[in-house]
Amino acid sequence: MRKYLTIILFLIAVTYSGWVNGQQRFPKPEFSTGYVTPSPTTPEPRASLLEYTDVVILVIVLSIASWIALKKRSRRLMLWLSIFSLLYFGFYREGCICSIGAIQNVTLTLFDPLYAISLTALLFFLIPLIFTLFFGRTFCAAACPLGAIQDLLIITPFSTPVWIRKTLGFIPYVYLGLAVLYAATGTDFIICRYDPFVGFFRANASFNMFLIGASFLGLGLFFARPYCRIFCPYGAILNLMSRFSRKHLTITPAQCIQCKLCSTSCPFDAIEQPTEDQKTDELQGVNLKRFIIFGLLIPVWIAAGGYIGSKSHIFLSKANPHIYLTELLIAHPELKNDVNNIDIQTFLTSGKSFEVQVKEAEIIRHKFYIGGWIFGGFIGFVIGMMLMNQSVFRKRKDYQPHKGECFSCGRCLKYCPVKKDGTVEEIAKNITP
Amino acid sequence: MITVTNSQIVTFQKQKSNNEMADDKKFNRRDFIQNSMRITLGLAVAGLGGLTLMHSTKGNYVWQIDPFKCTQCGRCATSCVMSPSAVKCVNAYDLCGYCDLCTGYFKNGVKDLNTGAENLVCPTSAINRKFIEDPYFQFDINENLCIGCGKCVKGCTSFGNGSFILQIRHDRCKNCNECAIARLCPSDAIKRVPADKPYMIKGDFVKKDKS
Repeated sequence: MRKYLTIILFLIAVTYSGWVNGQQRFPKPEFSTGYVTPSPTTPEPRASLLEYTDVVILVIVLSIASWIALKKRSRRLMLWLSIFSLLYFGFYREGCICSIGAIQNVTLTLFDPLYAISLTALLFFLIPLIFTLFFGRTFCAAACPLGAIQDLLIITPFSTPVWIRKTLGFIPYVYLGLAVLYAATGTDFIICRYDPFVGFFRANASFNMFLIGASFLGLGLFFARPYCRIFCPYGAILNLMSRFSRKHLTITPAQCIQCKLCSTSCPFDAIEQPTEDQKTDELQGVNLKRFIIFGLLIPVWIAAGGYIGSKSHIFLSKANPHIYLTELLIAHPELKNDVNNIDIQTFLTSGKSFEVQVKEAEIIRHKFYIGGWIFGGFIGFVIGMMLMNQSVFRKRKDYQPHKGECFSCGRCLKYCPVKKDGTVEEIAKNITP
Repeated sequence: MITVTNSQIVTFQKQKSNNEMADDKKFNRRDFIQNSMRITLGLAVAGLGGLTLMHSTKGNYVWQIDPFKCTQCGRCATSCVMSPSAVKCVNAYDLCGYCDLCTGYFKNGVKDLNTGAENLVCPTSAINRKFIEDPYFQFDINENLCIGCGKCVKGCTSFGNGSFILQIRHDRCKNCNECAIARLCPSDAIKRVPADKPYMIKGDFVKKDKS
């Protein structure tokens, strides 16, 4: 009896000694030579003070950019400011943190009670929105490193038909919706994961990352700023803010004389031409009817979108690693014997029961179900609003930038022959349109 | 060929002002819509900001590996956006047994216990073995060679004291908003930690409850 007890005690001692902290398998030696144990080095991360410096620099850059766009009206200065931002926020800060990615931090804070956003990330999210609400998208013009790197590589921009632009302009909303859905469910930060230019800023990225970045820059030679115009989810929010901005860059400093000199100056097709009065007058009556019908259809779009979104929640949730692993284990139980599958082996050795794993996966999937309704409803709302907007024809007598799509880059400014006091430059008096 | 003269511009501007008079009402309505939308959006941004501000912290976050959760799967070496990885092996000297036959240093069951490459666990020979006194040796990591594969960590944790641990080194880490290895970590060992306590070195910090 005593023999068994000793063996059991010995076994307990052996198993315990392995994982109880402080009780080592091999006790620390007592050195006789006066050797002193060194302590491991711990290089400090970047100081918080420097993070706040970034916020200050962002505010300064945005202020200068707004001043350049509205008062100074100089493309050259705007270009230099954007190069500074590219060097500082891009190559020196290596792309993190950026306002675009901060969308996800804000979302995660709202949905995950265990996560608290750092104040700098929150400020990076809010400050450009506030500036845009007052001065237009000056953030895109000069403060965003992703915009700046594309802006420098516009070589021969081609004008694209309006239907292509409007259709592609729908993608940012889908991207925004997906980013919020995946951040809210704690799945992934897709904006950061598929950031096309961070590989260039760090000069260190996987082949796929370089490939995506290079194709964006390559496309950008002919289709100016492709990421900003057809992907950027933050741009979708800024677009909305800028439409109602208090002030905005104007092409002419005084009064437009319809000289058409600026009409092809914008590489982003963001300059709206004067409407031909007769055409819009004829459409006016029809428009109102269409406007009301499409307006009433919006709830239908939301419901339809929500329904489709909720139906696809199982597909959407496959991106979640927890659900992916659980589904894999259910579909292929034989993989438990696969010693090379790290995820399954780690799960099996973790001691977590399969029931718990499935229950957790069900909770996450339910989040995706609700998220699918909201995501789909949002997409339906965007479609409905876009269609309703199609029936709004505004009369324009002047050449104006489209307040939502204009990046306030200032390229058009130097084409305008009108001076601030309203006089016209000599050269424009003899133009041949 | 159209030649625009100054007089034409003047007449044009006169026309324009007449038109504006006619459209005055319409423009007022548009101004009203613009203003109210701007205020709505401003309030929405302020509300979102306020709501988020309640859950914000002044300090920053950095990523770190919990060595008690780490299972040394090897993904730190391959999945970090940095190459070589920002994850390195760290020797928590306080826990080290200074063993002659270190299982994090020598491969299991080698014929000769010499420092030939075929006998060593580390694929890049990043561990320096320094004689202290008979029979104790100090093991240091050369971080310029270490790739963070965790092979030595596995050897030390399986058979030794577990003083070798993997840690994200903050002089190399870019502190990505979304850590690429945290997403792929099979044991959920990589978490955000406050930037003023950026390391989780065994001995300095104690394992929390198993949950």
